[in-house]
Amino acid sequence: MSDLTISGGTIVDPVDGYFGPGVIIVKKGLIAEVIKKDKSGIKGDIDASGKLVCPGLVDMHVHFREPGFEYKETIFSGSQAAAAGGFTSVACMPNTEPALDNQEAIKFVIHKAREALVNVYPIGAVTKRREGKELAEMADMQGIGAVAFSDDGNGIQNSDIMRKALEYCRMLEVPIISHCEYDDLANSGVMNEGVVSTVLGMKGKPRVSEELMIARDIMLADYTGSYVHIAHVTTAGGVEIIKRAKRKNIKVTAETCPHYFTLSDELVKSFDTSYKVNPPLRTKKDITAIKKGLSLGVIDVIATDHAPHAYEEKALEFDYAPSGIIGLETAVGLVSTELVRKNVLSWPEAIKIMSLAPAKILNIPAGTLKVGVPADITIIDPELEWKVSENDFRSLSKNSPYIGRKLTGRPVCTIVAGKKVFELL
Amino acid sequence: MRLRSAHLLGLEGLSADEINLYLDTAVTLKEILSRPIKKVPTLRHVTVLNLFYEPSTRTRISFELAEKRLSADSISFSKATSSMVKGETLLDTVWNIEAMKIDMIVIRHSSAGAPWFLAENCSSKVINAGDGSHEHPTQGLLDIFTLREKYGKIAGLRVVIVGDIKHSRVARSNIWGLKALGASVVVCGPSTLLPVEIEKMGVEVYTRIEEALEGADVVNVLRLQKERQSAGLLPSIREYSLRYCITKERLKYLNKDFTIMHPGRGRIE
Repeated sequence: MSDLTISGGTIVDPVDGYFGPGVIIVKKGLIAEVIKKDKSGIKGDIDASGKLVCPGLVDMHVHFREPGFEYKETIFSGSQAAAAGGFTSVACMPNTEPALDNQEAIKFVIHKAREALVNVYPIGAVTKRREGKELAEMADMQGIGAVAFSDDGNGIQNSDIMRKALEYCRMLEVPIISHCEYDDLANSGVMNEGVVSTVLGMKGKPRVSEELMIARDIMLADYTGSYVHIAHVTTAGGVEIIKRAKRKNIKVTAETCPHYFTLSDELVKSFDTSYKVNPPLRTKKDITAIKKGLSLGVIDVIATDHAPHAYEEKALEFDYAPSGIIGLETAVGLVSTELVRKNVLSWPEAIKIMSLAPAKILNIPAGTLKVGVPADITIIDPELEWKVSENDFRSLSKNSPYIGRKLTGRPVCTIVAGKKVFELL
Repeated sequence: MRLRSAHLLGLEGLSADEINLYLDTAVTLKEILSRPIKKVPTLRHVTVLNLFYEPSTRTRISFELAEKRLSADSISFSKATSSMVKGETLLDTVWNIEAMKIDMIVIRHSSAGAPWFLAENCSSKVINAGDGSHEHPTQGLLDIFTLREKYGKIAGLRVVIVGDIKHSRVARSNIWGLKALGASVVVCGPSTLLPVEIEKMGVEVYTRIEEALEGADVVNVLRLQKERQSAGLLPSIREYSLRYCITKERLKYLNKDFTIMHPGRGRIE
């Protein structure tokens, strides 16, 4: 079994807020001791001088395309990308083919996850075939390891189905992760509706197609006394609705993704399909609001919505290309460069948003450096300058809008249950 | 004076000098049409591929005639939908044909940006013959050419574009081109056919036709597709025509030496 000692670094512990020097001793794959003080005199086998030693990061929203689309990503290749991005636990969305809407499908993912480099948790579908019509066997799926439920990729159009799903999950004490989008208002749009879609003559998805469903789900959660987690929030209005709900103590949490605080709809003018995502990139004003939402704690989590697509699927006319970009391997660099270095978040806040917060929502054993928990640890070099390169991606797909971008800050070592699964040489 | 781009993709971003270069060139080419032999050897070394992924009669024939009269070798390919249906992408098709040494591609496509995507990814010169609701630069140039012939210059003209602005690539190309040359542009239509934040394109926006026509020199009437009613954008074509039809009565709002531009014959009512 794996024994390790990490010394010389700055420990970031989101549980008690500790941000200072210290040593972590790992024995038999578990955290055996955390010494939170200067000059312990211990010299470990990993020298983390100048680096941040954090609980392993958690990405609660990834698409590992197995089963069905193994050419885009497998659970194994996705786990390699996760490890390289500093993530030790990920939760994968059920929009596979077939969908993860029954116990057998969940079992398949759990089986495949055994060979993965990081912890892979399945999210089950809320409705059968993700059609939004009939509830899937959620209790059965939860029984063997589904950690949450979502029809992600589709908004649940029928409000009565959503109400029943929330009630059912209240009983199971498990979150519903809601992809908020009214199809009729989104009107088959391919980008944000605004001046840019007007200039380009492209069909736009108005902000209200997202915000209306956020408001609906919050009202339903309030009415039924249930809990809802809002996936990928992109708009200023969405942040405002969630802020008000939290003030009223309605049980809601929310996530956003790095592309929603780094990229705006102006970029679609290039017709580069790596700017096609769903929900779409919004405006600079929305970006400001998303950052504010993160700094005020209205948005609880940064997830990546890692959505791999093959080259030939994206090398198309903008209307025809599928939505989605990969994000696991650029998330830390973007958070560091765009949020921490620009004083939107401190490192302890950023690490909490990327580890403890999602771990709590999914109720998984992660996000802490408590003695006795599996030693999932991420070491980040906050000063490392690097350039995103297509060739460096571990993901099977390369559909990133950040290729060529210079970032500061990068995970240099990822440890899962005391075992190094990634090390930047 | 040189053009900054080897392609003609859109009128957005073209300078007045660039547009005038296109228009001045067209003046000399127009003269050819009045000769007994309507043909010059200008493009005899050029092979053109006309790639029409959307039905078109007028635009396609205009391009084919222009190519013949300039002595280019041309081949045309029409398909209502992209060959995606049989698993072949636009790039697959074009790269295949490019291997047979073509020089120029004229593309009509239902997806906005397709000509840019093509220009980025192939070695031919690309001309946009209409992409989605985005741009139709040659139609825009033609409209502006017509006005320049009549008025001598574009600067100072007040041009009203009436109708389905939201879905019109002709409107967008006209807006950019006319504004670059110093015209003021007004758009008018029912709110449901005006795209959001259109005023940020630097145009005046009206929903009442009388206000839009006030003091204008030119009215460019867009075609209204029947589907807009079934899509719920209009209660009825009847109500639309009552509000937006350019009737004799409404002509009084226009300046004396006015011009009506219309894609069909129009009816005087």
